[in-house]
Amino acid sequence: MPAFDNMPDMELYQPVQIDDALALAARLAERGWLVGGGQDTYGWIKDRNKRPEALIDLNGIESLRGVRETENGIEIGALTTLTEVATNPIITQRYALLSKAASVVASPQIRNAGTLAGNLAQDVRCWYYRRGLDCYRAGGNLCYADTPEAQNREHAIFNASRCVAVTPSDTAPALVALEAQMVITSTSGQRVVAAEDFFVGPDVNIESTTVLRDGEILTAVRIPAKWANAEFYYEKVADRNVWDFALVSIAGAMRIEGGNIVESSLVCGAVQCTPRRLTSVERAIQGRPRNEATATMVAGMASQGARPLNQNAFKMPLMDNLVTKLLTA
Amino acid sequence: MTPRLTRRRFIKSVIFSGAALSSGAGFYLASAQTRPSGGVERLVSLSINGRTRRVDVMPQETLAHTLRYKLGLTGTKIGCNRGECGSCTVTINDVTHYACSTLTHSVKGKEVVTVEGLRAADGTLHAVQQAFIDELSPQCGFCTPGQIMSAVALLKTNPRPTRDEARQALSGNLCRCGAYDHYLNGVMRASGQLS
Repeated sequence: MPAFDNMPDMELYQPVQIDDALALAARLAERGWLVGGGQDTYGWIKDRNKRPEALIDLNGIESLRGVRETENGIEIGALTTLTEVATNPIITQRYALLSKAASVVASPQIRNAGTLAGNLAQDVRCWYYRRGLDCYRAGGNLCYADTPEAQNREHAIFNASRCVAVTPSDTAPALVALEAQMVITSTSGQRVVAAEDFFVGPDVNIESTTVLRDGEILTAVRIPAKWANAEFYYEKVADRNVWDFALVSIAGAMRIEGGNIVESSLVCGAVQCTPRRLTSVERAIQGRPRNEATATMVAGMASQGARPLNQNAFKMPLMDNLVTKLLTA
Repeated sequence: MTPRLTRRRFIKSVIFSGAALSSGAGFYLASAQTRPSGGVERLVSLSINGRTRRVDVMPQETLAHTLRYKLGLTGTKIGCNRGECGSCTVTINDVTHYACSTLTHSVKGKEVVTVEGLRAADGTLHAVQQAFIDELSPQCGFCTPGQIMSAVALLKTNPRPTRDEARQALSGNLCRCGAYDHYLNGVMRASGQLS
């Protein structure tokens, strides 16, 4: 019986240059584990449910920290902590949607340590999977959360494919709404992926929620100026205000001209494995004012097509009500 | 003629081997557990409570482990050990962190302060500690060191917080006794807003 208070033996690398980190990530591949804030890491390792041979602690790489202005918007370093994202003056002034999202993640101490990239790349919270069961996501051939007696109140109502886990990230819906771009670096170069394409569902890859491959590091998040100073709405509904993950969250950015919504970007978190863009609602509210009448018109539209499990049908009215709140706030 | 393996014989043999395990082998395994078999403890210098402490640290060791079991600073409690309760809260460069979810190797060159480091050299308690006593904030007291560290970090950046700001700042610390309002009274007293 291992002592679950301690982590098993492993190697620790603490590179201070991004090039060294990339070389290590490439060399260790699936045997290595990238650590930013580590808040989603140590639980896995202490529970012995993931067994990397080596940790690559990225915290010494100063070039991955901080918020920079670019020609077209801003770039946030991957290691910028959630507290910094929530309080940075540039982000709070122009992209309050993201700072609001970052401010409701977990607890103050976790936000002080946890990084933006870590919040985006964190693994799903399905407790059957976290418990170390041999479910689809863990390489097995069944889902423990989608059985007649399973506890699946927190699970997916859309786009489940064998696995029914949902995206746990609070900042992901905000970044998809802001049409952010993810900068992914590896020894063979850099690729930039739209936030919407960065997250993948179990139908694409059942063992990972992102397009990140072994040897790749998410080094920065770019937010274009497009949505700067737009009208924003963010709300996270959870059982508890601290620590808890969202039951449903909504992030919305809207441009309003002459009293009407000319363009909007609405995204729900925690309803499927990836942030869910509410495209039908976006189209329906275009050219209409942000008011009660518009909200009534689109009532029920967000949750259309949902396929709830035994215990999570409440997520459907919750989604619809969040859209109403967004339009009438 | 080989004896047939009967149910009785089988159970007997299991009991016997079990007894052997619990006496000798069990002890051996237990003592082996505390030793790193990978064996790469490194001697590092840490700044803890304003003093430089030299200590051998395993690669995967958490700060809570180092503080409690190698430096004897048992004021930092380990509750859940998963970053879900806050009783291991310490400050690193004046910012609160869960010591159970921090690698000791990652605090090299940083200032770590635990609850033991708050008292002045002459023994005077920190304003937060004194206020928590005056307001009878703790009930069982297990979460208190963590609550104190969160309150100290808050008052450093915000010397006169509102009750709501204090509530926010202490929201990462669970209190199983539910003495939250007593802790908030303590923070308000420590910041001179309650007499």
